Amino acid sequence: MNTIPCMNVLLNGKPRTLTTEATVADLLLRMNMAPIRVAVEINEQLVSRKNFSETKIQEGDRIEVVTFVGGG
Amino acid sequence: MLDRYRVGSFEFGSRLFVGTGKYKDFATMKAALEASRCEVVTVAVRRDVLAADGAAKPGNILDLLDLSRLTILPNTAGCFNAKDAIRSAKLSRELLEGLGNAGAVWVKIEVLADTKTLLPDPIETLDATRELVAAGLQVLAYTNDDPILARRLKDAGATSVMPLGSPIGSGRGILNPANIQLCIEYLKDGDPSYPVIVDAGVGTASDVAIAMELGADGVLLNTGIAGARDPILMAQAMAAAVEAGRCAFLAGRIPKKRYASASSPIEGTIAPAVSM
Repeated sequence: MNTIPCMNVLLNGKPRTLTTEATVADLLLRMNMAPIRVAVEINEQLVSRKNFSETKIQEGDRIEVVTFVGGG
Repeated sequence: MLDRYRVGSFEFGSRLFVGTGKYKDFATMKAALEASRCEVVTVAVRRDVLAADGAAKPGNILDLLDLSRLTILPNTAGCFNAKDAIRSAKLSRELLEGLGNAGAVWVKIEVLADTKTLLPDPIETLDATRELVAAGLQVLAYTNDDPILARRLKDAGATSVMPLGSPIGSGRGILNPANIQLCIEYLKDGDPSYPVIVDAGVGTASDVAIAMELGADGVLLNTGIAGARDPILMAQAMAAAVEAGRCAFLAGRIPKKRYASASSPIEGTIAPAVSM
């Protein structure tokens, strides 16, 4: 029996387990987050939307996925 | 119809910027924004909701705003240092660029000092302004009603300076009109079209009129509308006040005098009564 290799990350401050080699695009798909409606930071560095599919998430990454809300 | 004016690369007719926070529901927000006749709405950047895998997500504010009519002005609210404000501004630019929204080129920089007063931290605000101007953003700097600081922010490259009337959400109106007037005077010195927008503290329509009568180019408010008993009616009042204040400023108020000055002629009055 094969176990899929996993890694631990912090997604919006909450611990999550992702399969290794997961990209930002994979993460958004799994979380049902529309790429057009979000912006992403990994370890305080902006990840450009055009790099979502190529950007691999690493063990221990702190990921922020943000959108707009009402505000003044 | 008001005279049009420019803020950075934008040109607007409406002089109200309206926030999208604190409404009791989206329908009220939509109706209030319409009644205010604003062309610019502010939004904040926050963590997206983490739904369980495959679960439906709550509605997004971007789907509820009429983006063909409204320009989005993202803020950096909730940031307490320059570094976080810069991150927030870059995230919002990325979001708006992805959406093809014109608001991608600007940001309202708001770096607060503490949660009790929500007053801006002047040092961090100046640092963040410098860095974001260098990053190519048009920066609208929310700041204290301090004319010297206002001038420093303009020198740092701010597209507009936004002095506060009073603390955010306090509803105390324009606490120091003399300072707001000085801010406007300094910022427009030799540069009369430089946009000054009074931001925060508006409690009711007369506060908006006062800011405009002092010579502000516009007013940004949120709670004054969202928190009113009838937000839609208050939005209408704010729209009327911004027009009234602008017209009064352009028309030129009379100087204040110590004594009365009769409006009816003194000459030709009938003889005073002799019989009592």
